[in-house]
Amino acid sequence: MRITVDPITRIEGHLRVDCEVDGGKVVDSWSSGQMWRGIEVILQGRDPRDAWVFTQRICGVCTTVHAIVSVRAVENALGLEVPLNAQYIRNMIIAAHGVHDHIVHFYQLSALDWVDIVSALQADPKAAANLAQSLSNWPMNSVQEFTRVQEKLKGFVASGQLGVFGSGYWGHPAMKLPPEVNLLGVVHYLQALDYQRRANQIVGILGSKTPHIQNLAVGGVSNPINPESQSTLTLERLYKIKALIDQLGDFVNQVYAVDVAAVGALYAEWTKYGSGVLNYLSVPDMPLDTKGTQFALPGGYIKNGDLAGMKAITSYQDQYFEKGVKESSKHSWYQSTSGALHPYKGETKPEYTGFQDTGKYSWVKAPTFYDDRAQVGPLANVLAMYALGHEPTKRHLTRVIEIASKVAGAPIPLAALHSTIGRHAARAVRCAVLVETLDQQWNLLMQNIAKGDFDTYNRPRFPRGEIQGFGYHEAPRGVLSHWTVIRDGKIANYQAVVPSTWNAGPRDEKDALGPYEASLLGNPVADPQKPLEVLRTIHSFDPCLACAIHMHDPVNREIVRVKAV
Amino acid sequence: MGADIGGGGGGSGQGPLSPPGSVLVLGVGNILLADEGVGVRAVEAFRCRYVVPAAVEILDGGTAGMGLIDLIAGRKHLIIVDAVNAGGAPGSIVRLAGADIVPFLRQRLSPHQLGLLDVLAYLQLMETAPESVTIIGITPDDMSLSLDLSPPLQAALAGIADRIADELTGLGVPLVRAGAA
Repeated sequence: MRITVDPITRIEGHLRVDCEVDGGKVVDSWSSGQMWRGIEVILQGRDPRDAWVFTQRICGVCTTVHAIVSVRAVENALGLEVPLNAQYIRNMIIAAHGVHDHIVHFYQLSALDWVDIVSALQADPKAAANLAQSLSNWPMNSVQEFTRVQEKLKGFVASGQLGVFGSGYWGHPAMKLPPEVNLLGVVHYLQALDYQRRANQIVGILGSKTPHIQNLAVGGVSNPINPESQSTLTLERLYKIKALIDQLGDFVNQVYAVDVAAVGALYAEWTKYGSGVLNYLSVPDMPLDTKGTQFALPGGYIKNGDLAGMKAITSYQDQYFEKGVKESSKHSWYQSTSGALHPYKGETKPEYTGFQDTGKYSWVKAPTFYDDRAQVGPLANVLAMYALGHEPTKRHLTRVIEIASKVAGAPIPLAALHSTIGRHAARAVRCAVLVETLDQQWNLLMQNIAKGDFDTYNRPRFPRGEIQGFGYHEAPRGVLSHWTVIRDGKIANYQAVVPSTWNAGPRDEKDALGPYEASLLGNPVADPQKPLEVLRTIHSFDPCLACAIHMHDPVNREIVRVKAV
Repeated sequence: MGADIGGGGGGSGQGPLSPPGSVLVLGVGNILLADEGVGVRAVEAFRCRYVVPAAVEILDGGTAGMGLIDLIAGRKHLIIVDAVNAGGAPGSIVRLAGADIVPFLRQRLSPHQLGLLDVLAYLQLMETAPESVTIIGITPDDMSLSLDLSPPLQAALAGIADRIADELTGLGVPLVRAGAA
């Protein structure tokens, strides 16, 4: 039996997933991007100093990350160093954005795959609050808070205004949490709405404006630093940021990490599903020097799940990374005559031919690393940081596994991370690490300012002739890289290899399945008309096809089309 | 009514709009995709064509979703300007508000597409949603990759700006044309 889920993302983009289901399990699958993204074309012939202004419009979710990577790519092409203050300010912006994105992903975008809102109405708020208090010291786990939220939820349900909760798979047989845990999930879902705002406020203060930051420049940032002046980055603003960082730390450590561990433990069978591609690619981030050779967070390539044999990626000039990336269009709706291409040589010539299971079926290309598929995202990054001995990662990962083992009543091994639930756990760990990094970068910035260094910008100078460069960032959804060729100071080629391309790409040059596709093999499907289990695994990747068209459509139509034939 | 909004007697029955930024005029859309970005271009045109009083804030929301929560929270009125697939000739304007918007919200408010309408639902859950939400929708023509609007949409911009002004006047915020001293 064939099932088609379209669209599958809860956010920007149009992802369609087809599954062949036999005996209640997925036996084959196809991941298809249903929208052409050729945004790169618009950059050709433009001034490279302006590219970031356009790239941050590629996606509504990831504005900041495309802006940062674009300036890094141009700086790389120029060999331009970035002043320390600018590195710290950029690092704080991307860390705060990552914290925001991870909180929103778990609570707003995927918790409702696991937490049954309707069941929460049946919970005893006192028992639920007691349970929450046994897991965490979070002050907002009070009986009053749990009772208040349950009353509010009852009000919504009674008025028929389920709103965002309107189309969940409530009462689905795969929903297994007791009512009290479901209520706990709803309480923290609402609290998360408030805390994600605080992370965004940090981006807004440093970026001068949201939703599109204004403070970047090739060569640094445009934030003038003057501890005394009202119109610049003042101490008052910096201390406001510090207060927000501390509040986020409390929420992430006392609520998010604990919830993921507890919910994961209660769905322990989901550590057996969803692994798929075991090659993991991540890049180092949070540069600590002007050249990009030292980083607060490491990254690298893990082949076939072998942590001991992993290879670190070590600088912005890293040739191992630069030479390893290719994109195949064999199964994508582009002209493809010359095999997989390196991004500097990348082509984007659309050629739509309809959905062909064994031919072309997606607008997304299939990236490879040294000709192999690679999974990207927080799991890839956390495994790399763990393997490279990054202390904060080890500490937070150990804590999450300990809480999960306690709730499950049995020890949970590290290998459980290679799974649907493992991706959620790794994201929570990475979020905790990011909050700590945010705090660290704040301190580094303050110390550097205290030394009297107010530098934030080095002026770029473009040579005649052709240069090329790449920039990368360990974004919330994984490795994001921009690649540019600059001729006589103008952009001659520009390619963005985005995280969801790595994960959502179709079959490649060797017909190997992409990470989404591979992760679904063996995935259970109890009811083909309500493929909640498919959504669980795909949502665990934090799917987002960065194309960001979002037009209001007043013509009535079904939100999600599930077709079982 | 608040004196700082031009002394308009309004008579709209709305409460005073004196706090700065009580009304948010939010242009949304992707400016890389020609007419998809008409909402952003329209609020820019409005800003050039009228003197914007303190009670009104104009914002280019781009294609942001959750990032807009903090910017909408606590506003009294929200006017969204966006491309809307409502049929009619390119550049035609449709207004969705009040009862019109409810079934529309129900249709699109789903965990499966986190857009602006989900943001409004989250604001309701947080009890910081605007009292009124109005969508001024413009039928697009060309949605291909381009930074420029199609000619019919370019020609419609002044009219859209005037519709935004009418909407604000209806909320008790009378407006003066820029340069009309």
